[in-house]
Amino acid sequence: MSNIKKAFQNGKAFIPFITCGDPDLSTTEAAVKQAVKNGADLIELGIPFSDPTAEGPVIQGANIRALKNGIDTDMIFDFVRKLREDVTIPLVFMTYANVVFSYGAEKFISTCADVGIDGLILPDIPFEEKEEFQPFCKKYGVDLISLIAPTSSNRIGMIAKEAEGFIYLVSSLGVTGVRNEINTDLETIVSTIRENTDVPCAIGFGISTPEQAKNMATVADGVIVGSAIVKFLEKYGKNAAEHIGEYVRTMKDAVNTCM
Amino acid sequence: MTNPKGRFGIHGGQYIPETLMNAVIELEEAYNYYKNSPEFNQELTDLFNDYAGRPSRLYFAQKLTRELGGAKIYLKREDLNHTGAHKINNVLGQALLAKKMGKKRLIAETGAGQHGVATATAAALMDMECVVFMGEEDTRRQALNVYRMKLLGAEVIPVKTGTATLKDAVSEAMREWTSRISDTHYCLGSVMGPHPFPTIVRDFQSVISKEIKEQMLQKEGRLPDAVIACVGGGSNAIGSFYHFIEDKSVRLIGCEAAGRGIDTFETAATISTGKLGIFHGMKSYFCQDDNGQIAPVYSISAGLDYPGVGPEHAYLHDIGRAEYVAITDDEAVNAFEYLSRTEGIIPAIESSHALAYAMKAAPEMDKDKIIVVTVSGRGDKDCAAIARYRGENIYE
Repeated sequence: MSNIKKAFQNGKAFIPFITCGDPDLSTTEAAVKQAVKNGADLIELGIPFSDPTAEGPVIQGANIRALKNGIDTDMIFDFVRKLREDVTIPLVFMTYANVVFSYGAEKFISTCADVGIDGLILPDIPFEEKEEFQPFCKKYGVDLISLIAPTSSNRIGMIAKEAEGFIYLVSSLGVTGVRNEINTDLETIVSTIRENTDVPCAIGFGISTPEQAKNMATVADGVIVGSAIVKFLEKYGKNAAEHIGEYVRTMKDAVNTCM
Repeated sequence: MTNPKGRFGIHGGQYIPETLMNAVIELEEAYNYYKNSPEFNQELTDLFNDYAGRPSRLYFAQKLTRELGGAKIYLKREDLNHTGAHKINNVLGQALLAKKMGKKRLIAETGAGQHGVATATAAALMDMECVVFMGEEDTRRQALNVYRMKLLGAEVIPVKTGTATLKDAVSEAMREWTSRISDTHYCLGSVMGPHPFPTIVRDFQSVISKEIKEQMLQKEGRLPDAVIACVGGGSNAIGSFYHFIEDKSVRLIGCEAAGRGIDTFETAATISTGKLGIFHGMKSYFCQDDNGQIAPVYSISAGLDYPGVGPEHAYLHDIGRAEYVAITDDEAVNAFEYLSRTEGIIPAIESSHALAYAMKAAPEMDKDKIIVVTVSGRGDKDCAAIARYRGENIYE
């Protein structure tokens, strides 16, 4: 059974995203621990990429800060191995195909399993290209997370049927980043997903306020927040962890109101 | 088995966000329909001939040939096309296709500005909105083309991220496309990106080799011994090669930008220095570091300043059908000046990379051999930059 399921057994899940090494790994460690302490159910750890084409300016900034400080893939694996001494909630990596491909897909995915990573989100790997990594994910028990977008329409069933871990439902068109309004008809998409799979579904992209989180949690099984958290790192740098902790608490409380 | 769609050997594919999948599928279906439509093809041929000025000339460069003292050199004059480069071939095709698909807005990336100008031109002609993404560094290197695009009614958005060059302009255009799909077509400028772009762009550019073949048979009664073209993403090169791929006697030579040299970090020679990777929607060769981070490449030529290469070129390289060589800034600038003086033709700095290789290769070949060099664009846009390279400041 996928370890990721645990994240969805404590009411609606709250899933923060943090870029590894922004601005350094000790800050990432502090931020992750604060998030866990304050109710995060699963954490998405970003491995920085030079050209993150699915990200808006905020997360692009995090990638640049982390890479500037010389972070690399092996350092992140070592970091997760150490983090696993204290952190038991599911952890997934979010990065881009070339980071995995250049490391060697099998070596990357087996190391994920070895250090305690439960899943992998690759925004530039659609359903049609998942065979690039899926066989290794199966072999080593790492879930390759499927994304569904507002434009997926006739593709939802096909994607949902083969989904593992959880489904990442992209709330809106465009790239990651805070939005004032989310207008996609998410109810319809979620109900199509439900007709095809029992795998939980979390909504991400554009969510920052407790009210948005609550609305999204009403529709789905969990809420993913990236840019709003990265903004604390942008603003407070090495002192961001406490702020992230407080924010995670507020957001987890908000999603908990719609049990 | 990986996705067989749009593969050239192991290269190509569709490595893009889910948000764009239906858009590329819709594009592929529309293209497969219209490419066999006689009306569409007639309309495109009329635009090529009456608007863009095709067929472009195949010119025997007699003086150049005599001075170099080897193979006969023909120049395929894509620089004589409307808007001054081969880019218009692809853009007229894609804009017409987008129009048929009911799209009202074209977005594009541009490096040297030639593709941006061509897209702005087609948008003006076909009554479409146009937004062009251009690296901020390139807006400085190619200020004249920025003005041309604005004059044609396009909005030019300077991209400040990363190295602020072509790669970043592509990333930003992709981001824009994910945020607005229903009325917008991404008019990709080279044989790169996700399927079906490498195929569509190649097909529209293949008019170059189709004409070279006809013109060469008419002038010389035989095929050339070599076809030489510059390669950034590789659209003019694949266009120049395509109808010769089956003619094994014709050497196909792509000239990449070595920048300050392939042994330096300031290079954009992907096949010489890159390795296999996945980026900008395709599997191909990319300049990258050991962690898969895309390298900040460099070339004097904004149009070749890209860390990847189209998947069909990667494949032609793998199977040994085409050869890829690296040409430095210095060699290209020398060729730029040399062709200007010997033939009275000022070539684009991009095309000058192909000419530089021809200058090395021709003297080594017998006089009865024939080479064709594609002059992919005109060099007016480059004069200020070349003057600066030579230490002279001129107003653009």
